[in-house]
Parts: sequence; C-alpha cells; structure tokens
Amino acid sequence: MTTGTLTAGRNRFRLPRKQIPVLATLALLLVMYGIGVSQYTAFSNVQVIFNVFIDNGFLLVVAVGMTFVILTGGIDLSVGSVVAMTAMVSAALLQDGMPAALVLVIALLIGPTLGLLMGCVIHFFEIQPFIVTLAGMFFARGMCTFISGASIPITDGFWTAMSQERIGNPRGNFVSISVLIAFVVVAIAAYVLAYTRLGRNVYAIGGNPQSALLMGLPVGRTRIAVYTISGLCSAIGGILLSFYTLSGAPLIAVGMELDVIAAVVIGGTVLTGGAGYVFGTVLGVLVLGVIQTLITFDGSLNSWWTKIVIGGLLFAFILLQRLIGIRYK
Amino acid sequence: MTDSRPVLTMTGISKSFPGVRALHDVNFRLFPGEVHALMGENGAGKSTLIKVLTGVYDTDEGAITLHDEPVSFSGPMQATAAGVSTVFQEVNLCTNLSVAENIFIGREPRLFGAVRWGEVRRRARALLARLDLDLDVSAPLGSYSLAIQQMVAIARAIDIKARVLILDEPTSSLDADEVAQLFRIMRQLRDEGIAILFVTHFLDQVYEIADRITVLRNGGLVGEYLTTELPQLSLVEKMIGKELDVLEGIEEHSRRDLATLEEGTPLVAVSNFGRAGAVEPFSLTIHAGEVVGLAGLLGSGRTEVARLLFGADRSDGGQVAVDGTASSLRTPAQAIDHGVGFCSENRRAEGIVADLSVRENMILAMQAARGWLRPIPRRRQDELVDKYVKALNIRPADPEVPVRNLSGGNQQKVLLARWLITEPRLLILDEPTRGIDIGAKTEIQKLVTQLSDGGMAVLFISAELEEVLRLSHKVAVMRDRQMVAQLANDESLDADRIMQTIASGSHREEADR
Repeated sequence: MTTGTLTAGRNRFRLPRKQIPVLATLALLLVMYGIGVSQYTAFSNVQVIFNVFIDNGFLLVVAVGMTFVILTGGIDLSVGSVVAMTAMVSAALLQDGMPAALVLVIALLIGPTLGLLMGCVIHFFEIQPFIVTLAGMFFARGMCTFISGASIPITDGFWTAMSQERIGNPRGNFVSISVLIAFVVVAIAAYVLAYTRLGRNVYAIGGNPQSALLMGLPVGRTRIAVYTISGLCSAIGGILLSFYTLSGAPLIAVGMELDVIAAVVIGGTVLTGGAGYVFGTVLGVLVLGVIQTLITFDGSLNSWWTKIVIGGLLFAFILLQRLIGIRYK
Repeated sequence: MTDSRPVLTMTGISKSFPGVRALHDVNFRLFPGEVHALMGENGAGKSTLIKVLTGVYDTDEGAITLHDEPVSFSGPMQATAAGVSTVFQEVNLCTNLSVAENIFIGREPRLFGAVRWGEVRRRARALLARLDLDLDVSAPLGSYSLAIQQMVAIARAIDIKARVLILDEPTSSLDADEVAQLFRIMRQLRDEGIAILFVTHFLDQVYEIADRITVLRNGGLVGEYLTTELPQLSLVEKMIGKELDVLEGIEEHSRRDLATLEEGTPLVAVSNFGRAGAVEPFSLTIHAGEVVGLAGLLGSGRTEVARLLFGADRSDGGQVAVDGTASSLRTPAQAIDHGVGFCSENRRAEGIVADLSVRENMILAMQAARGWLRPIPRRRQDELVDKYVKALNIRPADPEVPVRNLSGGNQQKVLLARWLITEPRLLILDEPTRGIDIGAKTEIQKLVTQLSDGGMAVLFISAELEEVLRLSHKVAVMRDRQMVAQLANDESLDADRIMQTIASGSHREEADR
C-alpha cells in the first residue's frame, strides 16, 4: 500500500508558524524596551517594568477574559462598562457601610452574571456576540450613572490597604497586590486553556464550530462559559481598578474594551478564533504599557500618540496574521 | 455473516421538512461485520436517513433499535457514546488543532482534570499505526491533505469503541490510491466485527467493498439486496426507477448528419481566438442546433475556451462573426446580447440563492435581462417554471419550496433552468453533470438533445467522454491548452479515439474541419 504518499505532510515549516505572531510581539517588545533603555537612562531600572504591570494589572486581567472569548471567534464589548460598574457598585456599597468581604462577593458576582446572560442570549437565540455585548455595554454603563452621576471615593480600610501594600525586594523595587492577582489569573487561564477540556473546546469551537458540534463537543455550554469567564475577569479587573484609583467613577474605563481587544490581537490571538495564547496576551498588554511609558518618558509628546502607535501596530499585526496565512481552514 | 442478529435496525422511518417528504416508511438494518452500501440518487433520502439515525434530526415516525434496545439519540454526541460513529462527507474536524487532539478531543485521558498530552500523543500514534498511517501527531491537522484528514476522522470514529461506523461519501475527495487505503481499513474494521454503513456515488466502489446494498428512491425504500445477487445494471435501474434505454434513445438521436447542420451560416464563428497563458489561439464554428463537445483533461483549457467565447476573458486577437457578420465578444454583456448563455462550472457557489424559492431562483436571470422595472407577470412565471420543473424533473415538483430544501442535484437543475429560461441561442455548459447522480444526468443530457433539436447551439464541456460522445455532433479536443483536433462524431469516433487524441495530440489533419 502507498503509505509513503500518505505520510507526506504539506508543509515542513509549520512548527514556528503557530508561534510567529507571539514571537513577533516578543521581538517588538524587546525592540521597544531597547529603544527606551538607549534613550533614557532611568528606563533600565527594573521598576519601570514593574510600574507597567502596576498600571496595567486590571487591563491584563480583563484581556485574559477577552482572550477566551476571541479564541472562540466571539467578541465581548461589554468589558469596559462591566469594569466601571463593578468599581461603582463596590464604591457605593462601601459608602453605605457594608463590610468589605460582602462587597467583594457581590462585586465579583455581577460581572459573571451579566456574562452568563449574554452568553445564553448569544447561544440560544443565535445572535451575533457583537450586538449582544454592545447591549451589555450600554446596560452596564447606564447602571454606573444610575448608581451615581459623580465619582464616589473609597475610604474603606481593606481597600486602602490593598491599594498601598507594596511587595518588594530590599533594593526598593516593588509591585502591588493587583499585579500578583493578575499573575494568578494569567496562570490559571493558561492552565485552563492548555490542560482542561473546557480550554481545548474553546480552541475547537474557534477552529470550526460546526465540526466541534459534530465531534460531540459541548459547544453551547462552552460558548456560554467563555462569556461568563470574561464577565468574571471584568469583575476582577473592576475590583483591581478600584484598588488602584480608590474610587468608583461612572465614566472610568470608557473605551477600555477596545484597548483590551487591541492587546489581545497584538498578542497574536486570531480574531476569527482558534489560535492564540494567554502568554501572547500578556505580551500584548506589555506592548501597550511600554508604549505609554515611552511616551511619558519623552514628555514632549501628546498622550494621543499612544493611540496612533497602537493603531499602527494593530494594522501591522492583522496584516502579519494574514501574511503568515492562518490557512488551517 | 448474516446469521447473526442485526446490530442496528430502523423500522418505518418517516421524516418531512416543510414542503418536502424526505423519508417515507423506510426500513434499514445493519449486521455486525458487514459493509452495507446505502444507494440512491441525489435527494433519495440517504443523508436524511443518516441524520435521523445519528440524532441530528428527530423522526416523525418509526423506531430505531441498537442491539435490540430501542434508542433515540439526541445528537451525534449521544450516538457516538452508544457506539454509532459517523464520518461525514466533509471532514468535520478542527484543522487548527493537532492530529492527536482531533482524535481525542472530548475524551482525552486526564489526570485530576488535566489533559495528559503525552498519553494523548502516544495513543494517537498507536491508533494511526493500526491504520498504517505515520503522521506527526502534534502537527496541526490543517497541514495535511484532505485524504489524510479523512483517515484521521476515521481514526477518531473507531477509537470510540464503535460498533457501527457510518461513512458518508468518504471517497468523494480521494484519489485511487487513497481509496484503496481506505478500503483496506474498512475491510480490517469489518473483520473486527464493526458494522459499516457506506454511502457513495461510485458504483464500482460499491461492488468492490459492499456485502449488501439498500436502495432508496424518492425518500422511499426500494429494497435490500446482497451485492452478489444484484448486477450493476439492475442497481442503476432500481436507483433511477426506470429502464436504461432512455440513454440509448439519446445516442441514436445525436448521431445526426453534421453536413446538413453545417450548410447554413454559422451562429458563431471565431478564428485565432486565444489568450496568452490561458489557451493557444483556436478557431471554432458553431451552427444553430449543433452540439459541440469539448473534451480534454482537467486543466487542458476547456473552461478557458468557454470563458473566451462568453467574453469573461478577452481574446488577445482573432475575429468573431455572429450570424456571418463581424462582431465582437469582449465582455459578458456583449455575449449575452448575442444570445450566449454560460452555465459555469462552480455554479453552486455562484448561483444558488438558498432562501429564495425554486420559482424565484429560476426567473432571476430572465428578470435581470428584462431590467428590474419590468416585472415578469406571475402567470408567465408560473408557466415557465412549470415547464422547466417538468422538463428537468425537479423534485419536489413544487416551485414554492425554498431551494435550500432541495438536494444538490436538484439545486443544480434549478440553476440550469435559470439559464434556459432566458432562451439563449448558444448555451455554454461547463461540466453541467458533474457531481450529480445518473438519473439527473440522464435528464440533463436528454434536455441538451431537445434543446439542440429546437435550434439552440450548445457547447458542452465534460470530463466524461461517453457523455460528450453521446450528445455531440462534433468534438473538439483540448490538450495542454491547445485545441488539438475537431472530430466529427460519426461511426468511427469512440472514446478510445478521443483518448488517443488527448494522449498524443494527433489527428491534426482533421483540425480544420
């Protein structure tokens, strides 16, 4: 029999192919860091990197949730509003004198509940995630202003402790609690995606939902799960943001969903789903953070340059994904 | 092998869709250790029966038993768990995942909830070795050919301790070697006692592998036969439900005198038509009422010739005469003005509007030609549609059914009707019968004959030489993007001679007939 012809693969250089987007992001990050170090002496301080994490810990957590959603080929536009709503609810409840532990539980339930609802609507009514989560976005943002039209400061002892706690080494470098929480979330997410059935089903659905269904995978359950996970990550992100700002404001994190999507895509996750890694998302968030830091260090550039650079990068990465041909379909 | 009890029985199965009765009182049984072919034309109900069996559809009536236990699967997942695995026509795997993962996803070996990747890969390698496949199991499935993907799908199916394996047209995208490989695997599985339900359009394959045949027609059961007791000819008759002499009739018909046809002015005469990189310059005349066959291998330039004649591609040079007067065919619009219609090869992708009814699909081209401001009166629409539904024997014969509910072959007939309604003077048919069953094929061939009798000129492109021979007055042979010969279809012409021409490029002496 002609086993010989049947063993022949079509391409021999596939191994790096899947990793190319992540490697490109890594290279980009190193180049940017190199530019920073060569231009500004203070840039080489490790604390610069730590600060990037401190300033973007909440963004990273939300981006991890978004990675799940985008891996299935979906999108979640509600994340920014859910972050704001979680912070708002926490601030309002704390202001009313509710104990911090109870507030945490309630705040952490709101996001996943909304995510679960949106996931159910998307699955059972077969409606595009774009429009369902857009509705979720308006709803959550509306709830923010419904709770209060103005910013609510947080004076709770637990919150201020979390905000001010520094975990550092003797040389004076430190990170915040938020960064540790973010790392834990990243580690759990990476494990779930690589080693659990839920995670593998996420990739299968992103690859080909029809096939996944015919292979007997729980497509509906998985799809609902990813929006719930994204909601949970947004809720955690909202808590982290309220640690960071010690307040809840109705107009905070406006447009954050777009930053998050940008970070995930720059991190190499394909928008049509099925390919990407949480590690890439970490790199994507770092890229955004380092751009901001570079522009801050420069001092003369308007902060809008951040957006312009991100826009350019996003184009470049989408083109890259096209060019290396995610042609597995 | 028939002494044991059936592993699977389906009794009195009926299933209807809006406007279509897909299955009516069908019985089917499957014994362990047999390959059982399910045969029927497009739309006979094969796919529906399989989908009912695997729980993709509910039954309206009827019962299914597996090992004498009544079962009713809620979906492929449950069916698979019960030991009824299906490999569908299109490979339904995830090309972005690795080969190993595609085999095991959904039932990966785990330790405390964590997938044991090492074990997954090891088992995948072992399983593929059993099928004589040596693949890199951690490579993405998409890096392998469709044939390999099909084998991986089978590997996935048999790993689930399958007792019943359903193969829905698994061979349609495989070449001969790959089919042989597949059959070897099928025999091996059969010998292990697995019952295999095999659906295919290829009759030869049925006789090569199947032990038993069940024939469906129009959603009804025709019968169950042992392969050894059912000659191929009777099988075809049972599938199409009529005697085969219809085909003979067509042949008698078409061997007409070319000379009488060629007396008049040619409808279209092109000389030195060609396009660099696509097809060498050629000359061709087509008369009213003449069927010109275009034979040649895939990629020999057949479609390119059609595209030049339709103006879809522009010729580098040469002259065109329509009705004897110099003219031009530089755009499809000009070609359509001259009464040229072009039914292209991939019409299913290009033409079908699945949500519109049969009637609406059929009148699209005519309506477009009239302009949207002059609607076709409903009575005229109904007349036309009725005529073609009858002429092409479109089933179900209800013009208001959405085209999506029709089988593939019938959808293709609807698209053919769309062009016929515009009453072209020259109709170019590029592979009009590919991928459709023998009944529909016969009907389309019959129609071509009728059309040419009515004075329409037809350029008929087909990879099947018998078909070209049966229909054409004249056969133009393509080879390596050259028109190497034009042969009159007289007694001396047969498939062998065309084949020789394709192979050798000889018979140049007849090229300017």
